[in-house]
Amino acid sequence: MSPEPLFAASLAELARELGAKRVSSVELTRGALARIEALDPSLNAFVTVDPERALAEARTADARIAAGSAGPLTGIPVAHKDVLMTAGLRTTCGSRMLENFVAPYSAFVVERLAAAGMVLVGKTNMDEFAMGSSSETSHFGPVKNPWDLAYVPGGSSGGSAAAVAARIVPAATGTDTGGSIRQPAALTGACGLKPTYGLCSRYGLVAFASSLDHPGPFARSASDCALLLNAMAGHDARDSTSVAREPEDYARLLAEARGARPLSGVRIGLPREYFGAGVDAEVAAAIDAAVAELRRLGAATVELGLPAVKHSVPVYYVIAPAEASSNLSRFDGVRYGHRAASYADLADMYRKTRAEGFGAEVKRRILVGTYVLSHGYYDAYYLKAQQVRRLIADDFVRAFGQCDLVLGPVAPTAAFELGTKTSDPVQMYLNDIFTIAANLTGIPALSIPCGFTRGGLPIGLHLQADHFDEARLLDVAHRYQQATDWHTRMPEIAQRSRA
Amino acid sequence: MKWEVVVGLETHAQLSTASKIFSGAATAFGAAPNTQASAVDIALPGVLPVLNKGAVERAIRFGLAVGGTINRRSVFARKNYFYPDLPKGYQISQYEIPVVQGGSIRIVSPTRGEIDVRLTRAHLEEDAGKSLHEGLGAEHRDMSGIDLNRAGTPLLEIVSEPDMRSAEEAGAYARALHALVRWIGICDGNMQEGSFRCDANVSVRLQGEPTLGTRCEIKNLNSFRFLQQAIEYEVRRQVKLIEEGGAIAQETRLYDADRNETRSMRTKEDAQDYRYFPDPDLPPLAIDDRWKEAVRASMPELPDVLCERLIAQHGLAREEAIAMTASREIADYYVAAVDALGRSSAEGNRLVANWIRGDLASALHRAELDVPASPVSPAHLARMLLRLRDGTISGKIAKEVFDAMWAGEGDADAIIEKRGLRQISDAAAIGKIVDEVLAANAASVAEYKAGKQKAFNSLVGKVMAATQGKANPAQVNAILIQKLGA
Repeated sequence: MSPEPLFAASLAELARELGAKRVSSVELTRGALARIEALDPSLNAFVTVDPERALAEARTADARIAAGSAGPLTGIPVAHKDVLMTAGLRTTCGSRMLENFVAPYSAFVVERLAAAGMVLVGKTNMDEFAMGSSSETSHFGPVKNPWDLAYVPGGSSGGSAAAVAARIVPAATGTDTGGSIRQPAALTGACGLKPTYGLCSRYGLVAFASSLDHPGPFARSASDCALLLNAMAGHDARDSTSVAREPEDYARLLAEARGARPLSGVRIGLPREYFGAGVDAEVAAAIDAAVAELRRLGAATVELGLPAVKHSVPVYYVIAPAEASSNLSRFDGVRYGHRAASYADLADMYRKTRAEGFGAEVKRRILVGTYVLSHGYYDAYYLKAQQVRRLIADDFVRAFGQCDLVLGPVAPTAAFELGTKTSDPVQMYLNDIFTIAANLTGIPALSIPCGFTRGGLPIGLHLQADHFDEARLLDVAHRYQQATDWHTRMPEIAQRSRA
Repeated sequence: MKWEVVVGLETHAQLSTASKIFSGAATAFGAAPNTQASAVDIALPGVLPVLNKGAVERAIRFGLAVGGTINRRSVFARKNYFYPDLPKGYQISQYEIPVVQGGSIRIVSPTRGEIDVRLTRAHLEEDAGKSLHEGLGAEHRDMSGIDLNRAGTPLLEIVSEPDMRSAEEAGAYARALHALVRWIGICDGNMQEGSFRCDANVSVRLQGEPTLGTRCEIKNLNSFRFLQQAIEYEVRRQVKLIEEGGAIAQETRLYDADRNETRSMRTKEDAQDYRYFPDPDLPPLAIDDRWKEAVRASMPELPDVLCERLIAQHGLAREEAIAMTASREIADYYVAAVDALGRSSAEGNRLVANWIRGDLASALHRAELDVPASPVSPAHLARMLLRLRDGTISGKIAKEVFDAMWAGEGDADAIIEKRGLRQISDAAAIGKIVDEVLAANAASVAEYKAGKQKAFNSLVGKVMAATQGKANPAQVNAILIQKLGA
């Protein structure tokens, strides 16, 4: 069989084909590289592609398959967000600051997926230092939405989302600090999971906001996300916030036979705050339809309130910039990365290096973060924000006393046109109004497609669960996807150009 | 006007862990630049700190030794500022909640006797790297080098209350603290290598004034002598300024040892806003009772406990006991010598203590050696003291034997035999020499008989000289009296 029809296959199907030797990893990798060549000039989803390295890894994977020591992901192409360190391969964070920075080590999740035998085909484009909701702030130019090239793919992990949605790769990694996996997944029709804080090590993730950063997978289905999470989760002694837990199979519930009402006994919480004004009518209709479908599958719904959640955006825009202002101090031109070509003295070197190396949004957040941590403002901003963060967490503790999952839209609207929100940061920040709480509280959350606008743009369904309840979260998403086909819909661009 | 000096000290003790506080890189001193700097130490993107438990354990040891509170939960914070030898652009330290709070250090003040200097806190933090502005070679003129070997070295910053009232007390506190951190094995105390660094906060006020004067912080005090000199200079400067009608500005001043003066480094107005906030990469440091008790069980006997025991059980005078517990090394030497002497008695113990305080201390001082480097071992000293006690040698000869042992001539018995230093206690032999001396010094005999006591001492001296000092002095006295009285 030629690899061509497999570009839209699931991870399980790919593993089966590879195991049966009906396709090789080298063939799949060549297919992915060919699709990058064909589609990426339109999408700009990739910053760095290394075909030789990818093919060498594919040959190694094929040898492993031949030797019978392959795992469920061995030989399958993957792309990593360019904020994750990849040894020997450029890691830019979408910034001029690290334009030529070659990482000497790999991130934990990169190591894990490499150990599982996945083939790294390239690094994906993103908002600079993961700061943005549209993937427009990259030094390497904006990423385009595969469903309509005039629209943004969301952000900050827009390159990974677009690459998965356009069927260039079956899987990719992303990072989510305020919605940076889930929002682009929603805007491109991909599936994206933000696991519980501490479940996937942050080692090698270039820090934006340490207490909010989460690595996680992108794929085309919840079941594929489960397989990826199996490989990405695990304790890492190099990250002090990594959680030591017994490994579990996050796909274990998916295969259970349960008949026509597989979600019987599952209680889904519908917070009033997610169903009011501010949500686009088409988005609201798609979410309502998804609720009806879940009820049909046996789930019970519970109305509830998350009163403190309305403070999520202001809380986030104090805490995240505060941490970022400190985390980005290391980019000072002294040891690596960009350094101004000429300068008068040390202070001038810092000033010019950082003025040249960082883009406008990064500078804005460094300034805000520096301000809120300043003497005399710390209590009013940072400390207060941490107190409200606690209240938001309490809301979810109460909610999970009444239900198993919390449901809502991922974003208030579908994708918007390129350039329409770049001049209004607050409008841009409000894109993350529904996703930020999961970062503030650390609970797992995912986005799966649940419909389209009349204009043909995908709409994302947001499901959140209690800490470490990924298995149930993925199971509910999977049951929904068994009954619907939104996640199998492909943008026209993905079908137009086959390898 | 009578001025009162008020001093508080901030001390950075480098903790004696093999690896750094947040990375696995080695902490050894003197390696080629940047060869002991890991990805974490040079702050590559994406790396994270992992706390070294050994550093925490040493902080706990310190807290227990000074009787402070070991906080069950303390917090690492980021202190943000830009400097080329600070790779992350922030230092990880402890700010609002340190690992140790309270406690005290007992010192002997030359004017106030034994006093307790209270400690405010002790907190864990990482050291920065070093900037090198010279010695980089001609091709690197006008450049600065950065050596990150020291970056991430664990430090315990120990902050005292402003409880000291003179430079001498500050010196005594610094020495006592230095001895303590070495005693409990948490710091090697090497001041040349920067393992133990003091900054002094100095202010003056009129006697009886309830509020403190404006303080200046003095940095770059890398010896106890400089510490005292700098404080003395600073006190003179402040008093002069105030008496001339000026006011002290709160500032940081640098001590210049070559010129013995302090110079303004930065004023309060230049003070940076460090934007402290809890480090989100490190969970709060939790220390439960089990950990604390396990550390307590592994602690050596503390100097003040040992000091009291030497007084109560060894029969030492307080000042002897204080001297014997001034450092771990002295205490170890004393205990080893007493053990080697055998059959402990107060008299024997005090003999050992006084030889250590006296001849051994002088010889070490002259040779600029530390106690462990003494050429005279505790066993050697004990064997010589045995010969002194059993009358084989006199106290005067003992000093000669000690010098010979110091010079490496072997143990006391060998030196006594080789040099023929055995004391003459044979009454007949001494009597014969006394007869010869009396015969040859008729004038002195006449003077003695005329009532001049000095003439007797002269005769004793002549007998001792005739025996090269080996005659038993008590016997010489007795025989002389007997023969002169005849």
